[in-house]
Amino acid sequence: MNNNKVIQVKSLTKMFGDFTAVDAITFDIEKGEIFGFLGANGAGKTTAMKMLIGISKPTSGEAKVAGFDVYKQTEDIKKNIGYMSQKFALYDDLTVKENITFFGGIYGLSRKKIKEKSEALIEELGLEKVANQLVGALPLGWKQKLSFSVSLIHDPKIVFLDEPTGGVDPITRRQFWEMIYKAAHQGTTVFVTTHYMDEAEYCDRVSIMVNGKIEALDTPKKLKEQFKAANMNDVFLKLARG
Amino acid sequence: MGITISNISKSYKKVKALQHISFDVKPGELFGLIGPDGAGKTTLFRILTTLLIANEGLATVAGFDVVADYKSIRKNVGYMPGKFSLYQDLTVKENLTFFATIFGTTIEENYDLIKEIYVQIEPFKNRRAGKLSGGMKQKLALCCALIHKPEVLFLDEPTTGVDPVSRKEFWEMLKRLQQKGITILVSTPYMDEAALCDRIALIQDGKILEIDTPQAIVKHYSKPIYNVRAHNMYQLINSLKEYQYNHSVYPFGEYVHYTDKRTSFNPEELKMYLESENLTNIEIKITVATIEDTFMELAKS
Repeated sequence: MNNNKVIQVKSLTKMFGDFTAVDAITFDIEKGEIFGFLGANGAGKTTAMKMLIGISKPTSGEAKVAGFDVYKQTEDIKKNIGYMSQKFALYDDLTVKENITFFGGIYGLSRKKIKEKSEALIEELGLEKVANQLVGALPLGWKQKLSFSVSLIHDPKIVFLDEPTGGVDPITRRQFWEMIYKAAHQGTTVFVTTHYMDEAEYCDRVSIMVNGKIEALDTPKKLKEQFKAANMNDVFLKLARG
Repeated sequence: MGITISNISKSYKKVKALQHISFDVKPGELFGLIGPDGAGKTTLFRILTTLLIANEGLATVAGFDVVADYKSIRKNVGYMPGKFSLYQDLTVKENLTFFATIFGTTIEENYDLIKEIYVQIEPFKNRRAGKLSGGMKQKLALCCALIHKPEVLFLDEPTTGVDPVSRKEFWEMLKRLQQKGITILVSTPYMDEAALCDRIALIQDGKILEIDTPQAIVKHYSKPIYNVRAHNMYQLINSLKEYQYNHSVYPFGEYVHYTDKRTSFNPEELKMYLESENLTNIEIKITVATIEDTFMELAKS
């Protein structure tokens, strides 16, 4: 396997009865890349992502994530990836510190390591004053930034972000993307879904799923040229509306 | 007979959800409440739809007082909450019949109003609401909010989490409902949707930052904004943030929006600085403000 390709997907398919939710998708993602995974609601993004993070068995095709097989090595995949979504983030009734300790523990970090990580993370996010407050009381934007940092606590090779910025205010949304840039700069691969088309522009490459298939995959610049569109929103509308 | 809101405040224990909010929505207007989660949008909707009582202030909807005339308001408004609130274990048709009956009407009587939207979900009329896709649920919820022919329609974040294609279709539907004379108050966290409203209020932390037409709001932005690009976005953002004269630095799609503190700013000077930071393929062009620029500038101060 090519060491630079942290995700390798070939003809990956998932069927539910007669319905083909994901239809033979193929792509590779390199180390440190920010990969935007776009598509309309119901296009198959979530199903595809579930296969890649090892919680849904494909019907056919091949995929390796962080070097591990999505059929047989799902536990290894889970240890080597981070995951956050808008829906599942942190425990509201645990404090900031408790959440960090909990997730550090889940990933098998030593107490010493958890303490180090916890201090560094709280300082970096400027959460010193609220470190012992319940997460539920924090503004959404803070929660999402904390949640992203926690998803990186075990230094995963890849982090999967499922609509991480939905409903977040525009300033925090940008701070969030600066954190993504930083993680990618440090070599973490970022796999992200979003409905904000300006965010699609922040990605190194973008794929667009339509009815279970990947209908376009390239850099935002090339996609705009290919579809003669002024921005990614137009690219999306042209593709998804047919 | 649209909506009047005068000095409305609401607190939950220590949290000031709304602080002295005042604005009017004119009859037949499509008015947008633009702000992130936690801004107070839902609290305001619940006060206007008589589901919550304000701590202070007055408000009327379709000419009725939200406290004294709450029963009249409930007959005359449609409300689509942000959270899907239909009966998951009733079918599409059953949900719609239920809401029509509650309001003493029938689907047939007001079918004209919902026809365009309903035909899109009619193929699934015998499916349980809980089994519908996000887009379908949203259309059903809109039909249920319209079935009694309301004068005023309240839509709380109808497009959150919805893809750009469905969002565009949804706004086209709203425009057509407006043409039928319905006053619409809609909230959204998507700033690009603001441009589709007649007027908007920008709201954050329970306070109105500004109210005007979308065109006027972007004109109020006082500083020149520059689109800046270079070969490496991460380095570019870091370098711009370290630049001593920066007023704001925000990633915006393929560019960074940059404003300078000084009144006389020379882009060449910035270019030289960026070159000294080892950035290449530098591009600096003046651009126009968007609603999002305005929002961020107002939220910052």
